[in-house]
Amino acid sequence: MSQSLLELRNVSMSFGGMRVNDDISFSIGKGERVALIGPNGAGKTTLVNVISGDLTPSQGAVHLAGVDVTALPISDRVDAGLIRTFQITRLFKSLTVAQNVALAVMQRKGLTRNIFSSPMDRPDVRREWERALGTLGIAHLADRQVSQLAYGQQRLLDLAIGLALEPKVLLLDEPAAGVPSEESSKIIEAIDRLPSDIAVLMIEHDMDLVFRFARRVLVLANGKLIFQGDPAEVTHHQEVRRAYLGSYADARHAS
Amino acid sequence: MTDRAMVDGMSPPRFFVPLELRAVAITLALGALGYTLFPDDLAFLTRLISITLLVLSLDLVTGYCGVATLGHAAIYGVSAYVVGNACLAGHSDPLLLLLVGAVAGAVMGLVSGLLVTRFKGLPQLVLSIAVGQLIAALANKLSSLTGGSDGLSGISPGRIFGVYAFDMYGRTGYVFSVAVLMVVFVVLLRIVHSPFGLLCQAIKDDSLRARMIGARVYPRLVLMYGVSGVVGGIGGALNAINTGVVGLDSVGFERSAEALVMLVLGGAGSLWGALIGSIVFQVFEHYVSAANPFHWMTMVGALLIAVVLFAPKGLVSLGGLLAGRTASVLRRRP
Repeated sequence: MSQSLLELRNVSMSFGGMRVNDDISFSIGKGERVALIGPNGAGKTTLVNVISGDLTPSQGAVHLAGVDVTALPISDRVDAGLIRTFQITRLFKSLTVAQNVALAVMQRKGLTRNIFSSPMDRPDVRREWERALGTLGIAHLADRQVSQLAYGQQRLLDLAIGLALEPKVLLLDEPAAGVPSEESSKIIEAIDRLPSDIAVLMIEHDMDLVFRFARRVLVLANGKLIFQGDPAEVTHHQEVRRAYLGSYADARHAS
Repeated sequence: MTDRAMVDGMSPPRFFVPLELRAVAITLALGALGYTLFPDDLAFLTRLISITLLVLSLDLVTGYCGVATLGHAAIYGVSAYVVGNACLAGHSDPLLLLLVGAVAGAVMGLVSGLLVTRFKGLPQLVLSIAVGQLIAALANKLSSLTGGSDGLSGISPGRIFGVYAFDMYGRTGYVFSVAVLMVVFVVLLRIVHSPFGLLCQAIKDDSLRARMIGARVYPRLVLMYGVSGVVGGIGGALNAINTGVVGLDSVGFERSAEALVMLVLGGAGSLWGALIGSIVFQVFEHYVSAANPFHWMTMVGALLIAVVLFAPKGLVSLGGLLAGRTASVLRRRP
């Protein structure tokens, strides 16, 4: 049996009387590539927020490599290797591109307690941020302020920060959304080249990307997990068609 | 091969001067300039330096961490009172008094930080005012320690290194203050460029993102508040040492508000901005209040409005712009 890196056990999340995630259970093993799809408002981003620790679930538990992390703060989960990116990029705007990534590297190495020395000069830190930027093809932007970057470049940087944290489990929230095709192909290449032993859960609307990337698909509709299985089967599943792909197909048909 | 090329690519330019050395040169030059411009008014300059330390201290939490506070004078005032009392109790070595001020400031900073950085936005601002007002009220009530509204007087520090006595012209006090400012400024430059300093700026930009790279936000902010407390405490100590009196104005709300105005004027989030802002504001105030005692506040207000309109990031951004223009003009010449 493959070791489960991320496991959700009967997770529910309610806001007031509204149940946004309803009794969701699944697990993702080492090296797995899983896509999470579903119509808008299905509760996908809420689920990622619950997994990453930004929200505490109303019920259920989140396990990371066999350890219950439900009550742990975000930073402890990051230390354990649970890393996420954001649907709308969140970057450190007053820092340079290199500093954004270097800070992630230094945080991982426990160097941010260092109050007196110059951070960027350490060769081990430097090698790592250069590699992360190089992987995404934005090494030439290292000295730019983040505020000077185009949106597509910001998405690449967001992913570079994620890579620099050396994830064991990586949550990608629509990594290619709103990105021009040139950058999105770089993002897709970078995702393809992720270390094979890490587990990746990707929220994505672009079905071409989903089919290319995922070995397994989870479908969320109205907060419930209505399907999990092979990407090839997802299009034939009645309930999924009704909830999501049906409307997608209808829209395609109508246009 | 690539490594070698990379190192070459990153090697400093030929006339590269480390940031710290530049800071030493600039503070010393400013010190000499002040002495030449105001030889008969060194008391004004020493007061200016002491307030500059308060503004630098405020910059650490407001400019670098994004903490909104209008109670920062509490740190400055409390340490001034502690230093005054230590001196009256017979501990008159100026360096020891500075240390006492730094420790008192650190304690005050950590306590304020623990309270204030728990919250965000308006609640944070209101809480900082509350802390400031509480300290001001205590300073007024505990007259056995503070002298109440009469102030704490009779503070007479001993000789520096047992050699240099504080003279009535304020020369020793001025040189001492410039030296302290220089050391503090250089140390702060290192701190804001350290990994810890970068992380604080990252927290200011987006604290959720900072958590998502694994940062413990609250302890970092409290720690920066502690560092800020040390700097503000040294400022308060200089005030007590140089003037020999500590009054209620040193803990008051106006002192906090004025420090914030100076910081915004110079440019928050830059140590140079804090330095420029406090110098420009106080020199302007000094001249204008002497020239027109009735309407000087109006003119200070006009200056502020002009700066906020034309250089919303403070005077330091104009300096950067000017340096950039000059550099490009120089480059164009063969």
